[in-house]
Amino acid sequence: MSRLEQLFRERQKKSLLMPYITGGYPTVHECRHLLEAFIAGGADMIEMGVPFSDPLADGPVVQASTQKALDEGVTPDDVLAIAAGFSGRLPVVLLVYYNCVFAYGQERFAAAAAAAGVAGLIVPDLPVDEADEFINICRSRGLDPVLLVAPTSTAERIRMIAAQASGFIYCVSVAGVTGARTSLSDQLPDFLGRVRAVTSAPLAVGFGVSTPEQAAMVAEHADGVIIGSKLISMVADAGDIDIAVKAVESFLSQVNEVIK
Amino acid sequence: MSTPVRFGPYGGRYVPETVIPALDELTAAYERLRGDPGFQAQLAELLKNFVGRPTPLYLAERLGARLGGPRVYLKREDLAHTGAHKINNTVGQLLLAVEMGKRRIIAETGAGQHGVATATSAALFGLPCAIYMGEKDIARQELNVVRMKLLGAEVIPVASGSRTLKDAMNDAIRDWVTNVSDTYYVIGSVAGPAPYPAIVRYFQSVIGHEAREQILAAENRFPTELIACVGGGSNAMGLFSAFLDEDVRLTGVEAAGEGLDTGKHGASIERGRRGVLHGSLSYVLQDAYGQILEAHSISAGLDYPGVGPEHSFLHDEGRVRYDSVTDREALNAFTLLSGVEGIIPALESAHAIAYLVKHADRFSRDDLVIVNLSGRGDKDVHQAARVLGMIS
Ligand SMILES: Cc1ncc(COP(=O)(O)O)c(C=O)c1O
Repeated sequence: MSRLEQLFRERQKKSLLMPYITGGYPTVHECRHLLEAFIAGGADMIEMGVPFSDPLADGPVVQASTQKALDEGVTPDDVLAIAAGFSGRLPVVLLVYYNCVFAYGQERFAAAAAAAGVAGLIVPDLPVDEADEFINICRSRGLDPVLLVAPTSTAERIRMIAAQASGFIYCVSVAGVTGARTSLSDQLPDFLGRVRAVTSAPLAVGFGVSTPEQAAMVAEHADGVIIGSKLISMVADAGDIDIAVKAVESFLSQVNEVIK
Repeated sequence: MSTPVRFGPYGGRYVPETVIPALDELTAAYERLRGDPGFQAQLAELLKNFVGRPTPLYLAERLGARLGGPRVYLKREDLAHTGAHKINNTVGQLLLAVEMGKRRIIAETGAGQHGVATATSAALFGLPCAIYMGEKDIARQELNVVRMKLLGAEVIPVASGSRTLKDAMNDAIRDWVTNVSDTYYVIGSVAGPAPYPAIVRYFQSVIGHEAREQILAAENRFPTELIACVGGGSNAMGLFSAFLDEDVRLTGVEAAGEGLDTGKHGASIERGRRGVLHGSLSYVLQDAYGQILEAHSISAGLDYPGVGPEHSFLHDEGRVRYDSVTDREALNAFTLLSGVEGIIPALESAHAIAYLVKHADRFSRDDLVIVNLSGRGDKDVHQAARVLGMIS
């Protein structure tokens, strides 16, 4: 059983808390402080992005964080080094655009991620149809290739994705890019139901979750709640890393209470 | 009829899962309508009476004489409605959009020619239209921004990244991912995820079909060489497609910008490596970590760090030769063609002319060359005048 499967299987909570941060944002050093805040706030897993120049699945908030990290000179190697520092404490999953993996070399990237103790890789622009080689490479390194399903996925595609799924399935809450939303789609339970109908893999929901109330709603239907843009906005708005760390920890603690 | 997803190793569909079903839907609609006589009749009618096709194949005798060599024909896409080849593709895709029941049109644009062509075609069908355009391009292609607005389109400035075509395409894709159920995304070149490269090539292949008939009628033989500029590569694919199986040299001209060794250029094939940008695997300008680099060209339509996947394939196969000319060489050709033939070319097309001028000594009197004059230069007059010191 993979580390992610074990994490979901053995959980004591209704839904796992899975916060996201762009690796190396706002700086490599400050990013580590934020990850400490994730742990203090009750995170069960860390999702960390590898900054990419053209993140086309991301909305303005994650885009800006990515640009900031790139301006700081953050590289995939830096993000892997940050991951290595936390992967002994809780599972780390990297979100990485395909060209970063491709340029690094798929084999080499998977090997480096495995060496850093990373548990899984999410590639938002690598749909299942293109992913055969990548999936095999991940598996051979003991990494879970985490696949995404969307509300627009047909029944046939959901089955295709479920058949290849590892670790968990990343369910995109709405058709769209990442970003906090004031309300989540009321189609979400129905969408998750369609996915559940064809797989026993754990389902994590991301894109748009930005309040404890929304997280509680998601937790009624999903095995994991992913929160990203909201946290990055909090960091950007705080302006000061100590304030940001406190705010993030306190927000995650609140969310953690309601998804237990 | 099956639509290619890959050209050799290139192409594919590297986009979020959210839009994959829409790509499947588009592929199905395209394959169905391509063989539909009603659709073909509508397309032919629009190309004739709205776009103004066929465009002439013009023998540029004074240019040929100036070069002391070949017989040079210009395929006059600059005479198509809206002033560039881009309209061939947009009327075709709008017909698809309407048939698919889409209610809203979006597109990216660099030089603004594709934006104008999309806005024009959307107006023709009475559909609302939003065009993403980098802030840098908005500043240097002002005329086209005004045209798009007059045509009823919303022009959405893009402030991220290099603020050019690449970033406009990112934001157009993000819009599409968000509004995919009712929105049709009109990609402007033979780039993007499958089936777009094949669809755009198909709608642009009218250039090659006409040129083939016209040159055989005029000269009773095939040309020695075809020359076209390559941004994403749609005007080049359109012209080349009818000659791929003939014994004809094919040359694509990329933007060398300030020089290939300055790092400020748009020569994705000559200086790029394999990578994934905007949904397909192709040659891409990128750093060692796969971060996409800013391209540079005086011509907004060639200022793009990627290239259509079929071009990467044709390059590897050795079927098409790719070369490049600098901003300066393109400007000189812009001036030359204006003065010698009374035709002000788009700066993009001036790259193709510049290649011919630069290598005039390679051609003999027996050679027969077709240059794709992909667009007219009105949009570039202001910028060129500034660079040439005619205005301050
Ligand atoms: C007149 C003209 N030619 C060429 C291009 C480059 O595009 P492509 O390489 O797809 O033909 C453009 C793009 O804006 C253009 O406006």
